Amino acid sequence: MLVIHCPYCQAERPELEFANAGEAHIVRPNNMSDMTDAEFEKMFFVRENPKGVNLERWRHIHGCGRFFNAIRHTVSDKFLKVYKAGAPRPSDAEIAELMK
Amino acid sequence: MNPSGQQQFRLPGRGSRIGAKSVRFTFDNKPYEALEGDTLASALLANGVHLMGRSFKYHRPRGVLAAGVEEPNALMQISRDNARTTPNVRASVQEVYDGLQAQSQNRFPTLNFDIGGVNNLLSPFFAAGFYYKTFKWPAAAWDKIYEPFIRRAAGLGQAPTEDDPDRYSNRFAHCDVLIIGGGAAGLMAAKLAAKKKQTIIICDENPHFGGWLLSDTDIRIDGKAGPDWAADTITELAAMNNVRLLNRTTGIGYFQQNMVVLNQRITEHQSKPESGDARERMWQVRAGKVIIAQGAIERHMVFPDNDRPGIMQASAAQSFLNKFGVAVGSQVAVYTACDTAYAAAFDLAEEGIDIPIIVEHRTDIADDLLAQASELGIRVITGAVVEGTGGKLRINSVTFAKQNGNDRETIEVDALITSAGWTPSLHLYSQSRGKPQWDEDTQRFLPGESPQECVSIGACNGTDDLSDIFAEAAKCTGSRAPRHAIEDDVSTMSGFIGATGTSADKGKAFVDFQNDVTAKDIALAVREGMHSIEHVKRYTTNGMATDQGKLSNMHGLAIASKLLKKPIPAVGLTTFRAPYTPTTFGSFVGHSRGRLFDPIRQTPIHDWAVENGAEFEPVSQWRRAWYFPRSGEDMHQAVDRECQTVRSVAGVFDASTLGKIEVVGPDAAAFMNIIYTNGWDKLKPGRAKYGIMCREDGFIYDDGVVGKLSNNRFHVTTTTGGAPRVLNHMEDFLQTEFPDMRVWLTSTSEQWATIAVQGPKARQIIEPLITGVTISNEKFPHMSVVECNVCGVPARLFRISFTGELGFEINVPADYGRAVWEAVWERAEPLGACVYGTEAMHVMRAEKGYIIVGQDTDGTVTPYDAGLSWAIAKAKPDFVGKRGLQRPDLMAQGRRQLVGLATKDPSKVLEEGAQIVADPTCPVPMKMIGFVTSSYWSGTLGKSVALALIEDGTNLIGKSLYAPMADEVIEVEVTGTVFYDTKGERLHG
Repeated sequence: MLVIHCPYCQAERPELEFANAGEAHIVRPNNMSDMTDAEFEKMFFVRENPKGVNLERWRHIHGCGRFFNAIRHTVSDKFLKVYKAGAPRPSDAEIAELMK
Repeated sequence: MNPSGQQQFRLPGRGSRIGAKSVRFTFDNKPYEALEGDTLASALLANGVHLMGRSFKYHRPRGVLAAGVEEPNALMQISRDNARTTPNVRASVQEVYDGLQAQSQNRFPTLNFDIGGVNNLLSPFFAAGFYYKTFKWPAAAWDKIYEPFIRRAAGLGQAPTEDDPDRYSNRFAHCDVLIIGGGAAGLMAAKLAAKKKQTIIICDENPHFGGWLLSDTDIRIDGKAGPDWAADTITELAAMNNVRLLNRTTGIGYFQQNMVVLNQRITEHQSKPESGDARERMWQVRAGKVIIAQGAIERHMVFPDNDRPGIMQASAAQSFLNKFGVAVGSQVAVYTACDTAYAAAFDLAEEGIDIPIIVEHRTDIADDLLAQASELGIRVITGAVVEGTGGKLRINSVTFAKQNGNDRETIEVDALITSAGWTPSLHLYSQSRGKPQWDEDTQRFLPGESPQECVSIGACNGTDDLSDIFAEAAKCTGSRAPRHAIEDDVSTMSGFIGATGTSADKGKAFVDFQNDVTAKDIALAVREGMHSIEHVKRYTTNGMATDQGKLSNMHGLAIASKLLKKPIPAVGLTTFRAPYTPTTFGSFVGHSRGRLFDPIRQTPIHDWAVENGAEFEPVSQWRRAWYFPRSGEDMHQAVDRECQTVRSVAGVFDASTLGKIEVVGPDAAAFMNIIYTNGWDKLKPGRAKYGIMCREDGFIYDDGVVGKLSNNRFHVTTTTGGAPRVLNHMEDFLQTEFPDMRVWLTSTSEQWATIAVQGPKARQIIEPLITGVTISNEKFPHMSVVECNVCGVPARLFRISFTGELGFEINVPADYGRAVWEAVWERAEPLGACVYGTEAMHVMRAEKGYIIVGQDTDGTVTPYDAGLSWAIAKAKPDFVGKRGLQRPDLMAQGRRQLVGLATKDPSKVLEEGAQIVADPTCPVPMKMIGFVTSSYWSGTLGKSVALALIEDGTNLIGKSLYAPMADEVIEVEVTGTVFYDTKGERLHG
């Protein structure tokens, strides 16, 4: 069971209070009707599922109820960073720095 | 020793773990005496009983091999009563208590004479891979002969026949340092860490802390004997309030972020457990740092007939002597490849027990060991192997020779103790996702670096010497190395791995005792092409028994590696998995069973339904009133009556389980436009609308009626089971896609009790109860909502129908639910109305073709497929699912569409889930073009009604299709989905 830091509550809580909500930073375009089928497929169906650094969404469902983003290493299960929904995706350089 | 009486092998004055008090127990119904503090194994050995079990496959007689958790042979059924009987308990672990009842396993009719022993004679046919080779043909024999045979032969012991009445508990804990293992290493680490004011949990699987210090009487720390030093250290630690000591507590699993799970056994050793005590407790400990001090496990020697009762590990003999004062025999031979066995031999010899021979596999032995042996008059033959043993239910002779076959000799013995060296326990280190590292010099795997905050110290880290162990404890706690005067006789624990002599080619040299895997079986597996250790393991079942290969894995690996001519690391090590030792289901389950397994949700009207004879059905976590049978009625009759009463008079229905979400805020309508396929801008306050929501892929996610109370407030209803996920879906879009919308979402499912009143007399029933509004057909038409008072209680009243009749739904605060329900019923009953349950509700909605999401849809059905295209506001620029619905597959011709089915024989009721075909005379397998989603007998219509998803269904209306069943083919006609009041006039009554 993981311990997860909620960036809204500013507290560490057991995984029991959270629900994973899949990959982070998938942009739902405003003009969805203009998307090609290939674009829609990529947006809705295709996911990274990496072995290593994963950018993912969590919801503190049995706490404050907020969705937020996290960077987790899927091998060690270490959380490298948590940040609020809407904050920009950390750059690759920043992620590499967190890995050190 | 007094070989005639009880406990004839007990040595007076020996044994640091036993008390003076006698306790009585039975083994296979025969009474025995033991001393307080004994394990079942030590108690039986004290009474001269070595035969404790039968092996799994060959039913060979077996004695206890070990004094700890690695014991593979002496597995017992321990019983207090029919509900409290536990199979496969290791006799070396179970503490004896007064009145304990133990039974041997896997034997019939008795342990001494076991018919299954015939398997031993047939063993040439039971070699590795036997199952795979033998049960292949004829195929028909599998069901009738092979499977029943295997099932009868499989498994050891018996499960209890009654529910477990005991309580199991669960606890979370946090600490700075968790120390697993309370031997010399763990105790020293605890002592040093405790001085640093850190919070500490130290656990040990045994009843007493001290580990090997309790078994080896020659160790002196600062002049104190090992057991005394351990006891003093425990006293010191127990007095500190930052230390928690957990004995009888096993670290069974190591999970992410330093979460370690401990299993604590609380009453298993008590004669009369106090009621109220939990039997076991599962700890989930989150530690800042984990110090693993699991120790090491001694390996047995692999040689022909190495499994007779009376043959055991040298360390076990030493433990039985020094902890329990029990001699394992009177003429004890030794077969070893490790120095530690000498200490066992010398301790026994000092008690006057005859050690006729030490058969030493190695050629170079330390001079001081040879000198000590000679001083005690013990003969040592080096560079030698044991070639075999004799005896039936107990060893009576041992045959040994030089490794070249010279100097063969057979002598009489009644016990043989062996040691092939010690295997560091890497279980928890490996579970922490650390990779074991092969150490070529000492021929063993050692821990490397763990990706988690943990460190291994002591014997599990391959450290033999006590001074070095204390230095490790100091280092890992960040302390200065303590100064202690240490005397220790033996300092090397390495030995030999693999089969000795020619035992990989001939004879039964057991590698895995419990699963009867011999050195020859491993060799056969390699010859037959199993080249990875994972394949060898599964082909031979080596290491797959309840002891999980604690003794056998390294030997198996070494034998395979030698035959494969590959170094051991190249052959690989099988994965260590949790739990470290067998753990009861009760401990995992804890409180989560029976009523506490899953919460049951009940409406405020539930008790009224119970009092009025309702039958209930589970709907997600809810229990809903299913139907209300009157005396003499079966379900069918009750449902028919309820439906017909609603259609002709009226009925009252508890709809409180409906999911309800309050959508509030200046942008509420805009948000509703995004979430639902429908348009909400034109809906006027005071009006309600049936809404559909899709996922982004265009498939129906949920549905329900939504009332608009004002321009910024919607009362949303969802399906009973769907409320939590719908709220999550809405929150997801609100928080992450449309965070600028000023909208608040609140779950109100349990805040409102919902009472549906349906039928021609519905208005007549409720009208007198309502104040503040007029509910005439003109003022309050179908699909209206208003806030008013019902029985003086503030209410939200909907004009709405899920039956096709004139209908209302009264929402009142849940606390008033039952009172208002009773007031409604007081009006309804004299008018001839009924209460109805979910079954009648289902029948009536199906007669009207109203879908249930999750029954008539399955996550691959679009609103178009379900005949709900009218609910899609195509002009809206965006809604969730709009783009998904434009995908080519979803717009293609020939998709499954929801239609009605009328059986040609109106009395036939189709089975829900029945497959539909166009031509039942096609050869099998024939093409299925759809399936039945809902099917009921309609008493009102006097015929069956069904809904089905059929390919291109709407174009097939009027055509005949077929439902092939096991014993008949039912012909159906495709119809529209509405069977009753097709024009919908009754809604507007």
